[in-house]
Amino acid sequence: MKPEDYSRRQQELEGWAITIETYKLGDVYHCSVANVDPGARFARADGSTREEAESRALEKAARYLKQTRRFGV
Amino acid sequence: MAATLPSVLVTTEWVAQHATDAGVRVVEVDVDTTAYDQGHVPGAAGWNWTTQLCDTLVRDIIPVQKLEQLLGNAGIDNKTTIVLYGDNNNWFAAWAFWQLKIYGHEDVRIMDGGRKKWLAEGRELSTAAPTLPAKTYTARAPDLSLRAFLPEVQTAVSTRKASLVDVRSPQEFTGEILSPPGLPETCQRGGHIPGAKSIPWGKNCNEDGTFKSFDELKSMYSAQGITADQPVIAYCRIGERSSLMWFLLKHLLGFGNVKNYDGSWTEWGNLVGAPVEK
Repeated sequence: MKPEDYSRRQQELEGWAITIETYKLGDVYHCSVANVDPGARFARADGSTREEAESRALEKAARYLKQTRRFGV
Repeated sequence: MAATLPSVLVTTEWVAQHATDAGVRVVEVDVDTTAYDQGHVPGAAGWNWTTQLCDTLVRDIIPVQKLEQLLGNAGIDNKTTIVLYGDNNNWFAAWAFWQLKIYGHEDVRIMDGGRKKWLAEGRELSTAAPTLPAKTYTARAPDLSLRAFLPEVQTAVSTRKASLVDVRSPQEFTGEILSPPGLPETCQRGGHIPGAKSIPWGKNCNEDGTFKSFDELKSMYSAQGITADQPVIAYCRIGERSSLMWFLLKHLLGFGNVKNYDGSWTEWGNLVGAPVEK
């Protein structure tokens, strides 16, 4: 199988820049979310549509990002 | 690296042509251990760094017997060409590469650009885990000259006779954050090891995930005072991003004395009384 409907974009979530990567493989849309810096994938989800996969992944991502603390330097 | 592609790097096209050749074994190793299930290079095995590429009791690299079993079960013997790739521009593929070199595997390569480039190129993916006849693998005695332990790093801090390179993000380096956004904090204090230079790993890569050219990399490190005539110790948070840096300096730029400090900030940032710079 080849991935279809591939997309990769950046946006901000909970004050952090993230990259959202989504593609369809067979009947399933796969979405993963990475922080832009340093670029680590930290949330992912599947769905029967792009919207479903992305909203699930972003929901997880927001939950994890809220736990990231910033310290004064 | 296209102009001077060393034998340790292979292109996505090379993998597409040779992934299922006899004597070649492709293995995916991801930060996100479930990424393999979202589709992988057809014929590729998947290794989980949290359970299969480490000692799960003591914090340590994979024990020799476990390594021999892992490789043998993946249909790998001592003569197999192992091609590693993964997400996050090959962070944990490099982690696996570093461990395979510690145990003396001769022919290990990394797919330049990793999973990101393979996907972006719309190449074939499979969700089936392949099975190959098991083989017998015999590891060599570990080459610990590739690995820095805490006492050596402490000596480097006090003598400044080795260059310490921190490959984490600038926000981790300054202590503004304790871990990459969205990932668990693994230390008590933020900042960096005194004297370390900040060279975030991302500076080594192009937008498509491939490594920058030999000339670009060499001039970037020279400008930072990191040269082949002095020992270098790389570290990050848990040792995987720094294994990518180790791979680059050792195998792409040809530095003779490079070590990965896999204890990294998770060790240093939890040490009672350890000096910290911000």
